[in-house]
This record gives sequence, structure tokens and C-alpha cells, in this order.
Amino acid sequence: MAENKKVVVPIGPYHPLLEEPEFFELYCDGEEVVDVEWIAGYNHRGIEKLSESKHWDQVTFLVERICGICSTSHPIAYCNAVEDLLGIEIPERAKYIRSIIGELERLHSHLLWVGLAGHFLGYNTVFMWAWKYREGILDMFEMITGNRNHYAMLMIGGVRRDIEDEDIPILQNTLSEVKGKIQMLTEAILDDPVLSARLKGIGTLTKEDIKNYGAVGPVARASGVDIDVRKDDPYAAYNLVDWKVITANNGDVFDKAVVRLLECFESIKIIEQCLSAIKGKKGEIRKEVREIPEGEGIGRHEAPRGEVFHYVRSDGNTSSPVRHKIRAPSYVNIPTFKASCIGETISDVCIILAGVDPCYCCTERISVYDKEKKKKIYTFEELVKKSIEKTEKIKKEIGKEGKLWKKLF
Amino acid sequence: MNLKLKSLKKSLWVYHVSGGSCNNCDIEILDLLTPRFDVERFGIILAASPRHADVLLCTGIVNKKCVERIKEIYEQTPKPCVVVAVGACACSGGIFRDGYQMAGPFDKVIPVHIYIPGCPPKPEAIISGIVKFLKELK
Ligand code: SF4
Repeated sequence: MAENKKVVVPIGPYHPLLEEPEFFELYCDGEEVVDVEWIAGYNHRGIEKLSESKHWDQVTFLVERICGICSTSHPIAYCNAVEDLLGIEIPERAKYIRSIIGELERLHSHLLWVGLAGHFLGYNTVFMWAWKYREGILDMFEMITGNRNHYAMLMIGGVRRDIEDEDIPILQNTLSEVKGKIQMLTEAILDDPVLSARLKGIGTLTKEDIKNYGAVGPVARASGVDIDVRKDDPYAAYNLVDWKVITANNGDVFDKAVVRLLECFESIKIIEQCLSAIKGKKGEIRKEVREIPEGEGIGRHEAPRGEVFHYVRSDGNTSSPVRHKIRAPSYVNIPTFKASCIGETISDVCIILAGVDPCYCCTERISVYDKEKKKKIYTFEELVKKSIEKTEKIKKEIGKEGKLWKKLF
Repeated sequence: MNLKLKSLKKSLWVYHVSGGSCNNCDIEILDLLTPRFDVERFGIILAASPRHADVLLCTGIVNKKCVERIKEIYEQTPKPCVVVAVGACACSGGIFRDGYQMAGPFDKVIPVHIYIPGCPPKPEAIISGIVKFLKELK
């Protein structure tokens, strides 16, 4: 296809920073993007197959290494799947701890995204600040689990480590500190006229689009579709605490950012409630599981990017799954580019792609080729530069920056 | 010490190569640039192209599809070029060692000078690895 379309922009092929590596080709007519093609299959590590050769317990740590950003989402979904197969209920304390880990991860992932989106728009201050605040969350992780990333907290039947009572006040303090910082960042972003002008109305996905593409997570919620596994099919402690699903209506990049930022506060609310629920109490943190009988199970988890789905099957006499199927959220979110990128300009594509949050995976891996000359025209830096230039232009047109920015940074 | 090495150790420009990783190592590398670790104070910055790079920071197993690509990147760098394998995957294949897509680890494909183990290595470990290497150079 696209014979008569002049310029092809390949983005990819493999993205180091995403659970599904991908390769995009943008077909451009001048500045305008007229079509998007998607080819998947790079960065493939054969995890589903590998998992068939590992012990049930080892698979938890293998699936953790599918993705570094949502590294606890896969173990949670996998453990849910195995527990579904076994038909067991995990102890209540383990439920709370799972929710704490899951929500802390959402916090760090959303902050990471905000930082990168800022970087793509030429707001490098946002990048640096958001990543700095994220360190506080990583410290909490290190305290609870012993590692900054790849926490190895999950285990079939419960969790591996308990949260000590002495740690809880420190965690609560750090959390309220981080909350203040995120509050400041959110206000600054929402108040900024340049960002509104730059992000409102681009990469819009309607409710229809979301339904057609089956998009999930913040991408769907930004368009007003309130799907969230945590509410729809509660697991861990999500039905034991009080929180709400954040949605927005416009479905543009601005709303995606708003949804993510506001979700951070819900996450903080959940963690606070979970921490006070386990404070001062003792309890089991796991159920012993000796044998996995024949059967099959499914497990889901709302990862920062949407629903993760795991399916496992056991034949009852080997010690590893005979089939393990994984579906991660970006797999369904990425094709929405067909709806959101077409008709936009190249300078906006960068942030639209980032809006779905496969984000900086494309770093240094995006380049524009002239189809006739087969010559490289743009590198990813130049695309980012284009994006930054546009922000600068809008800044000049508007003639002022957000008041809060000056005050804060 | 020759001039090339002398100028090399003043300010290292690093290029980040990923050969099929879980991306956590990549995040930790980016983390190095942010305020808490701020490697720019050592003169280390991320280069946009391998042609400007003194150091290649490699992460991930080398998957079959990117072997050629990684060789190409290595050829493009000006020599001497230091290759650092960051993370268990890059050093030995880590948890993915037995996978059918495994064509690495990195030292099978390009010469590797420094190995930084860990899954992922802490940013402090990465800094310490590079600093140790700089001391060796002296
Ligand atoms: S070493 Fe660990 S953290 Fe690094 S890429 Fe491999 S699995 Fe991911």
C-alpha cells in the first residue's frame, strides 16, 4: 500500500523499553501523516516458551522480567491465574501487600511517563523533576522489597516478605512527601496555557475508537470509557479499600496526562488505606502450595498501562505450566495509533505516540526516510526537536508561561 | 598513555544499545542522568549517535534479530571504544539464557571490556563500574 504516498517514516524496529517491541511506519504527505503501519515481533525473548521449561515458582520471576516498568503487574496476573487454577484465596494481609506494591508501581510508572512526555515537549525541567520525585518511590520499594526494581515480592499463594510495623510510619511519611510533590507538578501542568494549547485536541480517540480497538487502561479512561480491572473484577485488596476510577471525556493527549496524574492520587489513597489496615496487626502472608493439579486458570491485573492477562494450564504431573499465554495492555493500545495519528502533523506524532505510553522506547530508534531516495531525513532527535520547536512557537504566540511554573521552578 | 586515551577519560560520551532487554536496565541508565545520580558531573553524557560515542552501554540479551544491528553500531563507533555490558542479561543471558531467541550474550557478538552484573544493577553500581575503569586507564 501507500505507493503514491511520498515519505515513509519507520519508527523502530525494536523498542527496548516496552513489553511489546514494535516497528511503525508513518506514511507522510508533506507534514501530514496519512497512514500508520505496525509490525510487531522485535525484541522477542520467547518468554512464553521459556516459562514452559521453568518451575511454577520460577515463572513468577521470569514474568517479572517481561517489562521493567510494570515489573510487578505480570507476577500479580500470573499468581492470580495460578490461584484461580488452584481455587484458593490468599490471606488478607497478603492481599493488602499486593495492592501496596501494585499501586506504588503505578505511581512510579506514571511519574516516569510524565517526565518523558515533558522531555518530548521540550520541558526538560518536568523530566528532571518527575524523575527526581520518582526516586522517593523507588526508595520505598527498596525498603519494602530490598530492590529498586524487579521486586520479587510475589509468590503463588501470597507474598514473599512482610511489611514490618517499624517501617510503616517511614513509608507513610515518604508517601505524603511524594503526594505534595505530585500535587505541585499536577497544578503546574494543568495551569500551563502552553501545554493546553499544545496538547488539547491532538491525538483524539473517541469512545467509538476505544471500543473498536479494544483499548484499555488510561488510554480508554481518557476517552470516557471507565474500564478498570480493579473495579470490574476485584482481586487483591481493591474491594476492601475506598477509591474511584478516574475518567476524562476528550480522549486527547492532554486528557491522557490528566487521567494519569489524577490516578496517582487515587493510588496514594489506596496505599494509605492499605498501610493503616496492616499496621499493628499480625497475620499470615502466604498459603503453602505444594502441588498444582490438572486444570487451567486465568488471571488479570490492572497494570499502569491497562489490563494484563495471563492464562496458564497444568497437566497435573509436570512441575511447570504446559501452556502459558500472556497478553499485555500495549498490545491493544498500540493499534489505536491508526485512529489517533492519521491527519496529525509529524511534530505532534512524537507526543501522540508517547501519549499511549510506549513512550521513550522509541528513543533514538525513530527515523524518517524519503521513499524515493531511500535517504534518511529525520532522526528521532530531530523529531523531538520539531516537537520542541512547536512548543516554543506556541509559547511565543501565547506570550506567557504558566504563573505557577515561574513560582515553582 | 597515548593522546586518544587521555582525551577519552576526560569526558565520556555514552551511547545506549539495547539488544532485547526487559528495559529495566535501560531505565536505570536513564536514571543516571536525573538529579539524584547526575553523571554529568563526571562529564558523562548520552550521545545521540554511535559515531560520537566513546562508550557503548549494552543491555539485554542479544536477540537473533538485532545481532547484525549491534555489530553495525560497534563498527560505527570511533576506536578506542569501551563496551560495557550492563546487567545480568548482557553479561551472561541471565534468566533468558535458555531461550530460543538468544544469540548472545554480548561478548559473543562484540568485544566487551566491563561487566556490571545485577538485575538490574543499581545506578551506583553502574557509576562505580565506570569509575573503576577510568582508574584502570590512568
Ligand atoms: S539484567 Fe535484569 S533488569 Fe536488566 S534487562 Fe536483563 S532482566 Fe531486565
